[in-house]
Amino acid sequence: MSADHHHDNELDPFAARVRALETILTRKGLIDPAAIDAIVETYETKVGPRNGAQVVAKAWTDAAFADWLKRDATAAIASLGYTGRQGEHMQAVFNTPDTHNLVVCTLCSCYPWSVLGLPPVWYKAPPYRARAVIDPRGVLAEFGLELPARQGIRVWDSTAELRYLVVPLRPEGTEGLDEAGLAALVTRDSMIGTGLPRLPA
Amino acid sequence: MPPGVEEPVFAEPWQAQAFAMVVALHRRGAFTWTEWADALSAEVHGRGAAPDGHDYYEHWLHALEALLVAKNVSTGAEIDDLAAAWERAARATPHGQAIVLENDPQREGAIAT
Repeated sequence: MSADHHHDNELDPFAARVRALETILTRKGLIDPAAIDAIVETYETKVGPRNGAQVVAKAWTDAAFADWLKRDATAAIASLGYTGRQGEHMQAVFNTPDTHNLVVCTLCSCYPWSVLGLPPVWYKAPPYRARAVIDPRGVLAEFGLELPARQGIRVWDSTAELRYLVVPLRPEGTEGLDEAGLAALVTRDSMIGTGLPRLPA
Repeated sequence: MPPGVEEPVFAEPWQAQAFAMVVALHRRGAFTWTEWADALSAEVHGRGAAPDGHDYYEHWLHALEALLVAKNVSTGAEIDDLAAAWERAARATPHGQAIVLENDPQREGAIAT
């Protein structure tokens, strides 16, 4: 950033305001700087869409788990060790040959962090938030996803209390794969609904 | 709208810190997640957010400031003064050394509370 062009240090205004808040909140005992660093590390390195891929792969291979996931996604996902920190409930929405599911948050950017990590930039940007509801098929086309005309699209609008995880259809030709092999096919976008799982090599 | 390219979670360190402060404050009950979502929503809908989403964490930061002021944790003036102190401290810190608030040349006034 601009610091490269100065001999002295320079904080941009946003960085300075964040430091100001950190100072105020630390003085008041409301945050602990070490805890802040730990949260950053968790979300940068430990929480991500691999968690969700494990959930999907287990649902593909274990009918009892899939049934549990349909009925009580919050508990089924927690059983794998992935729990939300915002007290949110999870709902798993299963794609079928007749229905493709797509998740958006028109309010702001609610997203199932515990299974997908933090949302991609486009998920948080106004065009996706506005258009996913109005023209889902057009939005999917921009992602390179052309669905059969007979397959309807159902759009799910996330809230602070309820987040959605799309369970895509298991690709054909994956009968011989175990859970780990299947999880490797499950992309982040396929769990938001803007993509499909990879095909087996 | 680019397809699923794996971009870094945070573009700059301050974004990660602003994110983590919200998570930490929520954990200790400073606000509910619904209160936070409402505050963030007011920002991303109220300020004409950029279509490419690059300013998302700027809205995030504004929302956090607004919520802390609404909760009487801080005031806009306190945040402004301390942010200015941090900028002065940064300029007074030799390049390559860690920036600390104590380097602010006007320190006495800055930390009066």
